[in-house]
Amino acid sequence: MNPHPDLTPDVIRGIGWLYLLLFAMNIFWTVRSYKRQESVGRLAAWAMYTVMLGVVGVAHVTVQSGSEQFLIRMPVWFKTLIDAGAKPQYYFALSIALFAAVVWLREQLVKPTVSWLILNGMVLFMTLSMTDYDFRQIVGKPDNVPIVSMLFIVAFFTWLYFKRAVDNDQRIAAGKPLFEQEDNEKVLVWPDLVYTEMICMVILTAILVAWGIVLQAPLEEPASASRTPNPSKAPWYFLGLQEMLVYYDPWMAGVVLPSMILVGLMALPYIDFNKKGNGYYTFNERKFSVLTFMFGFLPLWIGLIILGTFLRGPNWNFFGIYELWDVHKLVVLNNVNLSEYFWTWMGQPLPVAEAGSSKFLQIVMILKREWLGLVLVAGYLGALPMVMAGTIFRKFFMRMGFIRYMVFANLVLFMACLPIKMVLRWAFNLKYIVAIPEWFFNI
Amino acid sequence: MTLGDYIRDSQIWKSIFRHPAPYDRRNRVVVMLTNFFLHLHPVSVKKQGIALSYTWCMGGITFFLFLVETVTGVLLMFYYRPTLEHAFNDILALRDVTTLGIMREIHRWGAHAMVITVWLHMYRVFLTGSYKPPREFNWVVGVLLLVLTLLLSFTGYLLPWDQLAIWAITVGSNMARATPFLGHEGPGAQILNLGGYDLITNASDARFILLGGRFVGEATLNRFYILHCVAIPLVVAGLIAIHFWRVRKDGGISQPL
Repeated sequence: MNPHPDLTPDVIRGIGWLYLLLFAMNIFWTVRSYKRQESVGRLAAWAMYTVMLGVVGVAHVTVQSGSEQFLIRMPVWFKTLIDAGAKPQYYFALSIALFAAVVWLREQLVKPTVSWLILNGMVLFMTLSMTDYDFRQIVGKPDNVPIVSMLFIVAFFTWLYFKRAVDNDQRIAAGKPLFEQEDNEKVLVWPDLVYTEMICMVILTAILVAWGIVLQAPLEEPASASRTPNPSKAPWYFLGLQEMLVYYDPWMAGVVLPSMILVGLMALPYIDFNKKGNGYYTFNERKFSVLTFMFGFLPLWIGLIILGTFLRGPNWNFFGIYELWDVHKLVVLNNVNLSEYFWTWMGQPLPVAEAGSSKFLQIVMILKREWLGLVLVAGYLGALPMVMAGTIFRKFFMRMGFIRYMVFANLVLFMACLPIKMVLRWAFNLKYIVAIPEWFFNI
Repeated sequence: MTLGDYIRDSQIWKSIFRHPAPYDRRNRVVVMLTNFFLHLHPVSVKKQGIALSYTWCMGGITFFLFLVETVTGVLLMFYYRPTLEHAFNDILALRDVTTLGIMREIHRWGAHAMVITVWLHMYRVFLTGSYKPPREFNWVVGVLLLVLTLLLSFTGYLLPWDQLAIWAITVGSNMARATPFLGHEGPGAQILNLGGYDLITNASDARFILLGGRFVGEATLNRFYILHCVAIPLVVAGLIAIHFWRVRKDGGISQPL
């Protein structure tokens, strides 16, 4: 039943070290619980869990022969379930839901036990998933290792932010001084800062050297212009942009939208008129800006990089994390332009200029064919900001003035145009809102 | 008199270090003012401003990684030749036979790490609201540095000249072909046409300028090599100087107002 080369003793021992890492982490946690004199039941639970991890870890590390009679694996039904539901829309919906949950439940999330449980869950999930051949293939690629660690690092720092922000928000609500203001006398840079910097440099150097020894930098076959690899992927930090190519043409996904990201980032300090939250962590005092930035950074940037790296396989098809990257996987795709929808609904054929007609008439017919899409796009960028100025962004409009507000509204709309197009694609198989391939002008 | 005191009392030592050893408070102030490498720092800072859980240390780490990349990169330049004939084999030799070939590993992993730390630095600066007045412009400089970091990494990606390299650069640079007006498959390029001749063709558009050809070839390798090793690092070094100078001038490391 198993078509893949399976768990060799080497792999099992490697997984064992992950269990031992968890074991070490939870020894620390059990000791911490003991020192804090938590209830006997809790302490016993942590101790038992830790011992169990230790036993499992040792059993893995000392294993001599491979796999068949072995042990703890990710259950097949779970893998099948995950792979069966592997679609970009589910992934995206899930990442949005996760983001919403983190923000919504932030006060619970920052409690030590809760965050510790989540960390354990994440590492355990990774460890168990490592028993799957296809998962190992993707995650274990040398160039992908930094991306896996990035996932944990970004999660950690987001957690750290919420921890500090929730603390400060409670202090502000209670009228107490900020965390950053307490115990904040001036200290000399020598030794307080330069030593920190030096220790940092030493640790980093050690990490880089160790990383270089353990993992060889990737080097594939010599370059050949005639053999295109499938999938062909951009460098990993651009995979979010490459993922946008599914929904937009290169001129949008590769040029306009990235430029708008940069313009938006640079414009940010001139748009955010909120004076609060300067130099300390807070969420409640600047909800809108934090949520907007995080939405762009977490689900859209980091989330799409993860998607592009781990879940996009040959022909840029979407694969589950436990799925074989099958070159022959077929996905039924029948995307339809808005103009086609419209003229079919009108019961008319698409307007086409007759052969040999003048250039002017050709242009007119193209505009006639695509008029609905053009009006919608113009309305989206031209009229919608004014509508929002009178409704949801009324306060912003009053505070910002006309030009600043228009810049802000257009940036927000550009950011929103990616999820909007995604949803339209998934819900209506919509290909282009405006489709003028004659001019390379497809939106 | 211990040996250490003897050395520190010698004429040679005193001529190099313009101050006595920083053992007492006065000299700990003086050392910051008189040492070239330390004078980037102020003499004293607010304690919470330098707490690790506050700054995450990501800006400093990014700078340190830039230095690591410079040192390992210069060492690699002694060995590596950016030509179709040698590029791949030099990297192969670095992997298999060259003493200290680990420099390539450190260079590549350091580059990946630098991309991540520069994002996290931006994330932290945003989350502490440190882009707010009077630091708006320094945030803009920071965004430019972010772009240049990505470009450094992107141009370096091609140099090993393996399948991974040329196809990643092909995929990435194909976007330039669709630049509005400036790419031969971009909207508006057809309008730029003089007396029936297209100004923007696949031999004159943005992609051609980037690659030095119609596809990723030897000219591209040379172009990316110069960009990667000389042009972009120079700009980055200049912007880093401005970035640090503005941190000091705009009120030091971020703190509650």
